Amino acid sequence: MSTEPRTLAFREALREAMVEEMERDGSIFLMGEEVGHYNGAYKVSEGMLERFGERRVVDTPIAEAGFAGVGIGAAMVGLRPIIEFMTWNFSLVAYDQLVSNAAKLRYMSNGQFTLPIVFRGPGGAAHGVAAQHSQALESIYAHIPGLKVVVPATPADAKGLLKAAIRDDNPVLFMESELMYGMKGPVPEGEHVVPLGVADTKRPGRDVTIVTWGKMLHVSLAAAAQLAEEGIEAEVIDLRSIRPLDAEAVFASIRKTHRCVIVQEGWPFAGVAAEIAARIVEHVFDELDHPPVRVTSLDVPHPYAKNLEALVLPDAARVSATVREIVPHRGG
Amino acid sequence: MDAELLLHLYRQMVLIRRFEEAAAKAYTQGKIRGFLHLYIGQEAVAVGALSAAAQTDYVVATYREHAHYLARTGDTRGAMAELFGKATGCAGGRGGSMHFYSAADRFLGGWAIVGGHVPIAAGVAFASKYRGEPDVTLCFFGDGTANMGAFHEGLALASVWRLPVVFICENNQYAMGTPLYRTLTVEDVAVRARGYPMECAIVNGDDVLEMREATRQAVERARKGGVPFFLEAKTYRFRGHSMADPAKYRTKEEVQQWRNRDPIMLLGQRIEALGIATPERLKELDAEAVAEVQDAVAFADASPEPEPDSVMRHVYVD
Repeated sequence: MSTEPRTLAFREALREAMVEEMERDGSIFLMGEEVGHYNGAYKVSEGMLERFGERRVVDTPIAEAGFAGVGIGAAMVGLRPIIEFMTWNFSLVAYDQLVSNAAKLRYMSNGQFTLPIVFRGPGGAAHGVAAQHSQALESIYAHIPGLKVVVPATPADAKGLLKAAIRDDNPVLFMESELMYGMKGPVPEGEHVVPLGVADTKRPGRDVTIVTWGKMLHVSLAAAAQLAEEGIEAEVIDLRSIRPLDAEAVFASIRKTHRCVIVQEGWPFAGVAAEIAARIVEHVFDELDHPPVRVTSLDVPHPYAKNLEALVLPDAARVSATVREIVPHRGG
Repeated sequence: MDAELLLHLYRQMVLIRRFEEAAAKAYTQGKIRGFLHLYIGQEAVAVGALSAAAQTDYVVATYREHAHYLARTGDTRGAMAELFGKATGCAGGRGGSMHFYSAADRFLGGWAIVGGHVPIAAGVAFASKYRGEPDVTLCFFGDGTANMGAFHEGLALASVWRLPVVFICENNQYAMGTPLYRTLTVEDVAVRARGYPMECAIVNGDDVLEMREATRQAVERARKGGVPFFLEAKTYRFRGHSMADPAKYRTKEEVQQWRNRDPIMLLGQRIEALGIATPERLKELDAEAVAEVQDAVAFADASPEPEPDSVMRHVYVD
């Protein structure tokens, strides 16, 4: 017997993951700005204070370096913190904690310490919040060995990946999106864990591979729908986690389609898309009928004005146009 | 006065000094690479403080942490082998001088970005409080840390959350080559902590017994009162900031002034005055320390390098 799966909003799926894990393991706690009494700046943690109390849902002052470091210290001696950044933009004032401390502790202590900690919050552009609040920072963090970087794109993956991140014994940076918090989708109840480092084919196709993650999955799926009307079948691969990276899933698709477009929110220079293009060239060059192509944000700080913001971000039209350039015209 | 205690403190301080001297020598021989920050002159701070803490209290320190590691663990061989970059080192040769660790001894590093470990220490104390455990965290740092943001955030969180951590500022008067009066608008770093607010004490860091007693009180306050405590120890490093620093920014007269209150000399004089040991006995203790350090150097010399195959290990939990 199969029942229709429940539908949850993205933020509810995240909350369910945290609540279920915190019910299971008393060493897990949530800490961040406005996570408790305010019920979350974006309501992800709504009701959690009431459920778990101030010991386990901890409001912080505005002090990202401070509470990121507190999380690392607590994890060093066996707790499993979930540290919420109100947005990933603010993680930059805690950058030293993430890069110099969290990423390096295990290695420089010769494996004497484990750091089971999740840093999570929304990243990337929202609507009209300008340059300092619109950064997609996964490329910067994925550069760092010792960190894992996860970017869910659907409510079901949000729950399953967050549960996996919380159970992981490494520092995991979990990047959500303000614009997706209200997005609804089916989410399995209870034990639903999506392993880190396993990509998911969100749409099968034979003509071109679109590799993407996070919010850009939905831009890519929209583009694929447009292209299908023109007879171009795009396969859309959602990486889900950037580090570890499921490069083999990308290669397998390219062996089928022989063409690849990588769609990334964020700057092109030394970005995740560039890394994927490099790996494709290194490993499956002979399979390619066209060089891999990137669609990224424009190489500028993010503008405020609506028309300029629209120009900067990849959209379905830009993705479709790029695909059309590299896929031979079919029929009619 | 507890004779055994005084002799124990003396042994530890002499061992640390001889260890650092041997490290300096090995550095000039090319056996130790990178940065090497010596603790010579400050021995009473680490030894006094750690003698007052329980062995189960956590220690979080900086890149000038050989002394704290030795005072906590007594692992002379593991420390020297780490400096030599050997597989038998206390961090398997991955950390070096600035990154000593011993999870078993609750020695949590070894952190080399100024101020970055202060919130971490607060986090360790947060965990103790979260679990209802009695352990206190001791966090060591220098006066140069007092202008870093992470320092202030760590103190602010420890204060607002009432975390059992003892912050120990080793005020050796210089942030690398810059004297404190040029970078800090107050004479005492403790003034900065008072505003959080936090209980503070300023002690003579060259007097091991004063250091020990002040730390004992601070640890007790943190353990029983569940509050942070800030201890400022006035001291001096006799050498430069690191081996690369000839310390030409200080006058000979100034250095001599501080050498006149050499913490080991002061303790030795006290031990002799109290009739606990003769000068000859103290010389024997010194010779024992030299022998222990020589053994550590021989051990480090003879130890294997880390396996090349291991280079990628411990980036992540397997």
